[in-house]
Amino acid sequence: MTELEDTASIIDDMATRLGEYISRSGRADPAIVGIHTGGVWVAEQLHRQLNISEPLGSLDISFYRDDFTRIGMNPVVKPSELPFSIDERHIILVDDVLYTGRTIRAALNELFDYGRPASIMLATLIDRGGRELPIQANIVGRHIKLKDDEQIKLSGPDPLTLEIQKTA
Amino acid sequence: MSRDNLQIDSNGQLRHFLSISGLNRQLLTDILDTAESFAGVTEQTVKKVPLLRGKTIVNLFFEASTRTRTTFELAAKRLSADVLNINITQSSAAKGETLLDTLRNLEAMHVDMFVVRHADSGAAHFIATNIAPHVSVINAGDGSHSHPTQAMLDMFTIRRVKGPDFGRLRVAIVGDIMHSRVARSQIHALNLLNTGEVRIVAPKTLIPAHAETLGTHVFHDLQEGIKDADVIIMLRLQRERMLGALLPSEHEYFELFGLTEDKLAFASPDVTVMHPGPINRGVEMDSEVADGPRSVILEQVTHGIAVRMAVMSMAMSPREIAAEQPHAS
Repeated sequence: MTELEDTASIIDDMATRLGEYISRSGRADPAIVGIHTGGVWVAEQLHRQLNISEPLGSLDISFYRDDFTRIGMNPVVKPSELPFSIDERHIILVDDVLYTGRTIRAALNELFDYGRPASIMLATLIDRGGRELPIQANIVGRHIKLKDDEQIKLSGPDPLTLEIQKTA
Repeated sequence: MSRDNLQIDSNGQLRHFLSISGLNRQLLTDILDTAESFAGVTEQTVKKVPLLRGKTIVNLFFEASTRTRTTFELAAKRLSADVLNINITQSSAAKGETLLDTLRNLEAMHVDMFVVRHADSGAAHFIATNIAPHVSVINAGDGSHSHPTQAMLDMFTIRRVKGPDFGRLRVAIVGDIMHSRVARSQIHALNLLNTGEVRIVAPKTLIPAHAETLGTHVFHDLQEGIKDADVIIMLRLQRERMLGALLPSEHEYFELFGLTEDKLAFASPDVTVMHPGPINRGVEMDSEVADGPRSVILEQVTHGIAVRMAVMSMAMSPREIAAEQPHAS
């Protein structure tokens, strides 16, 4: 079990780069949507630091997973909340760890069931590689190489800490 | 395998949903929590989630029903399943095909779930016992035995209005307890959720003989029965099930057991009034009450969809490896 550097400073750095990315790309008035559970914690921080006017949105992608026929219902599903219309809006999708890309695929599908966004950007605290789908983040907090029997876990919300664990 | 644990697999997961008895408090709470998360799907522009895409669900109705069949159908469609409605009274049963032959034929069409409504008690159990192992059966009402999804949508409605602590609630179920599969399922569910007090209120002829053993208090007077009640559930007077002359007249029933604004004054000031529908206005209930601010009758209908989505998706979860936890990616 390894503990990583200060998670708060990684997020501060992400917020700065995300702010620059938004102004450079001219995508005015974006809304932030976090993916349950870790992604929502990171999204809360980015939302505050970037002074986003729209309230924070959250997605639980359990109903959109591609492995229901293998592993069934997730026992604790939190309702998705998008307290704004996503039609014609620039969306910043936030997750804690980007790995296979399947979670992001599910989140994109769910977002489109709420409307037609103008664009979607992806910000992730950790990119650990190992993609199984053609999905990349626009803003990455840290790139980390992990062995197959390792996983990285974000605990929170206060304080947010990252640690690398051996999978059972 | 006994009748009651037929609906639960060796991991304690839902396999069929046949009756409330035989389930435990945790499972009921899981159903309510899952339904809560499905309630949000109706707020999406596309009111659908892809969970049961490619699955085929057959609504097998041997008895007429509009509300129940429609909400089951909508629930299945919002889960992206394909739905087939088969009304057996107008179908091959009329040509003399046995129930088992009907089932074998539907099985041969590779369906994944049956939603069954039947006038005979135990019909859903019979089908679950005789069906291929990969098919799930949901009881949508069997005779005067059980109507578990109705009971769960009522529990969902109570929890939404009154909060999760059933222990502080007095719930009165009023009306034709004798013929009511809804009442039986509600009583089991309320007891499993540790409801403070469950009362049944009806004329003596409409209360089953063993009523006290159900864990309820029995009242034969409406005003006493609903005194200080937090929730009043009115049952439909089932004219089609009244085999003998159990009541002098509907008019007299309304005088004694019909819910009016005047009588409602005996209940708790923030009482909630429920009814599984369809209402016989002026028999069980005055229109003023049914359409009044304490009534949540239409909310019950809305909640029926989310609760049925929860039960269907839980019963359709793959069972052998259900304990395996998904990894976040």
